[in-house]
Amino acid sequence: MAQKARPFLSMRRRAPDLVLLSKQGTRGKHMLDRLDASLSFYKQALDMRDRRQDVLAANIANADTPDYKARDFDFRAELDRVLGASPNSSGAPGMGLNTTTPGHIGAAAPNSVDGTTMAYRNATQPSLDGNTVDMDVERVEFMNNAVHYRANLQILGNQIKSLRAAMQPER
Amino acid sequence: MSISSLFNTAGSALTAQAQRMNVAASNMANADSVAGPDGQPYRAKQVMFQVDAAPGQSLGGVRVSDVIESDAPFRQEYNPGHALADDKGYVSMPNVNPTDEMINMISSSRSYQANIEVLNTGKELALRTLTLGE
Repeated sequence: MAQKARPFLSMRRRAPDLVLLSKQGTRGKHMLDRLDASLSFYKQALDMRDRRQDVLAANIANADTPDYKARDFDFRAELDRVLGASPNSSGAPGMGLNTTTPGHIGAAAPNSVDGTTMAYRNATQPSLDGNTVDMDVERVEFMNNAVHYRANLQILGNQIKSLRAAMQPER
Repeated sequence: MSISSLFNTAGSALTAQAQRMNVAASNMANADSVAGPDGQPYRAKQVMFQVDAAPGQSLGGVRVSDVIESDAPFRQEYNPGHALADDKGYVSMPNVNPTDEMINMISSSRSYQANIEVLNTGKELALRTLTLGE
């Protein structure tokens, strides 16, 4: 190979493998993060909708159980909390804390929605057996949640389709 | 929690409501059973519901914890010619209240339908989720 006075080439000849590998490594990591980030919001929202579906189904199932109090949670507040836990405001997945010694406490980005603040539904009518489930309210909320779930699926599906279209080779 | 837990919750409610309907039907059928196998008049039965949550969870389905017998007094019917009439001529009839049983049936069937709706919606959402990205 011709030995020209080009500093970049001379650097490469000294430690070629190391420089190339590290460049490819960081580039690949950023791309995957961005791919994940574009879908992570919808994934979190879908998880929360699924969890809310379970809560409302439990309410409907226990409509006749004495002393059962209807539960629910504030969807917007919980979604903000789960998304806000990721430090990057652009929606990129949160980075875990680097633990270098055994004494360090690592904090991973939350994937599950455990720790949801559950609230009690306000009872619209008094009942003799202490049950606060109002079937109409629960059914409307269930239907509302199901429609939102379907809309979320639709949008997520469109996102995936557009990503796949972007991956098609140029013709 | 996943979609399958939704099915378990709604399924447990269907079982519990079906048991409640069975008990109401049994009460209605035996509203005039003066003597059972033990010689006593039939006592109206009731189901007790309880939240069926996994240990540590606050949410869950429902289960029938107990089938108890009503403590209401027997209905006394004046029929001196009856074989089981006591010395005053009264026969002890079962303490079944048909109005209560009908209310139980109506309420139970309404809950049953609501839980069927939950099951259908859950099934549809699960199937739609499987077609994601197509």
